[in-house]
Amino acid sequence: MTVQVRIPTPLRKFTAGQEEVAVEGATVGEALMNLTESHPELKSKIFSDDGAVRRFVNIFANDEDIRFQEKLETPLSEGDLVSIVPAIAGGRS
Amino acid sequence: MSSSHPAWTERLEGVRPPRRHEGLLEVIGATPLVRLRSVTRDLADGVEVWVKMESMNPGGSVKDRPARQIIKDALDRGDLGNGKILLDATSGNTGIAYAMIGASLGIPVHLVMPENVSPQRKEIVEVYGAKIVYSDPMEGSDGAIRLARKLVEEDEEGLYYYADQYHNPSNPRAHQLTTAPEIWAQTGGRVTHFVASTGTSGTVMGTGRGLRERSSTVRIVGSQPADAFHGLEGLKHMPSSLKPGIYKEDELDEIRWIETEDGWDMAETLAKEEGIACGNSAGANVVAALEVARELTEGVVVTVICDHADRYFGE
Repeated sequence: MTVQVRIPTPLRKFTAGQEEVAVEGATVGEALMNLTESHPELKSKIFSDDGAVRRFVNIFANDEDIRFQEKLETPLSEGDLVSIVPAIAGGRS
Repeated sequence: MSSSHPAWTERLEGVRPPRRHEGLLEVIGATPLVRLRSVTRDLADGVEVWVKMESMNPGGSVKDRPARQIIKDALDRGDLGNGKILLDATSGNTGIAYAMIGASLGIPVHLVMPENVSPQRKEIVEVYGAKIVYSDPMEGSDGAIRLARKLVEEDEEGLYYYADQYHNPSNPRAHQLTTAPEIWAQTGGRVTHFVASTGTSGTVMGTGRGLRERSSTVRIVGSQPADAFHGLEGLKHMPSSLKPGIYKEDELDEIRWIETEDGWDMAETLAKEEGIACGNSAGANVVAALEVARELTEGVVVTVICDHADRYFGE
């Protein structure tokens, strides 16, 4: 199924400026893996070397932090929105 | 009781006179300078690292100093007072400082913050009676700045005084007038390096200027998140950010680039090994200060503990 991933401003340089990227995925983990396959430069920004989400990166599925859901196993439905939000953000003018 | 630990100094016994103040605003500044004793173990014998405990300001952070100076200078110019509302974009500590000082002086305060700041931050600000305006969390601190500017542009009735901590010269001036002479006195003029991370850059710019007035050899080091996408609250990756007007890169002798995880880990280490529980930006400051210190055989390196860890509990 297709879901939308919302990209924070400082990472949009790796998505050709796109605010949202459509990817396939039945879970948050799958969606993010497909995202980083199509946009490889995002991988080290979101994931640490051991494959976990970096500590300062918050992932939301439909406005709910996945840490309080089923983490990367959080299931997604067609049209769901996944957001990547740094604990805080620097931003780009 | 005796101990051979270097933190257990002979000066612990005996009474030091407690300070008395005529009002809250006098409490800001004159913070202690504390020598780091454990994370400095691998340094050369002639190298000392000291931290300025800005977390001990009444509002709990280094931002009490610029907020007080910004408000004082605005009152002196007549930009504030007569019911005008102080408006600014802030990711937290400056907002808390404005709210506290505003409450003590009867000045209304409105703050623009990204919606993803911690609930605890919102509560602290609101307890002082300040009002929060939320900006888009995806746009970070720059989104808050843009929304504050829009509110000011649309303010036809002239309700607001836009404090604009990123462009207000009172911000670095606070540190030039207070932080720098304090560090100079507290080190007995021995400070060789001052290191601080940049958010608005007020701390490093102002303290740098104040120290240079007193020493021709002191080195001023700025540090920044290594990447645009980072988790060091309050700090800015300058190459990818709206550059603060008060930031003058040519006044820095060098810049250190700090990874988010290193700053976070150092904040934890400082709590566990030094007993100094601080925020992550202070962790980043100490990472940079230790990097500088490791390259020296002799020197007195000073950095800043911006705030206390408990500000971030419950996030």
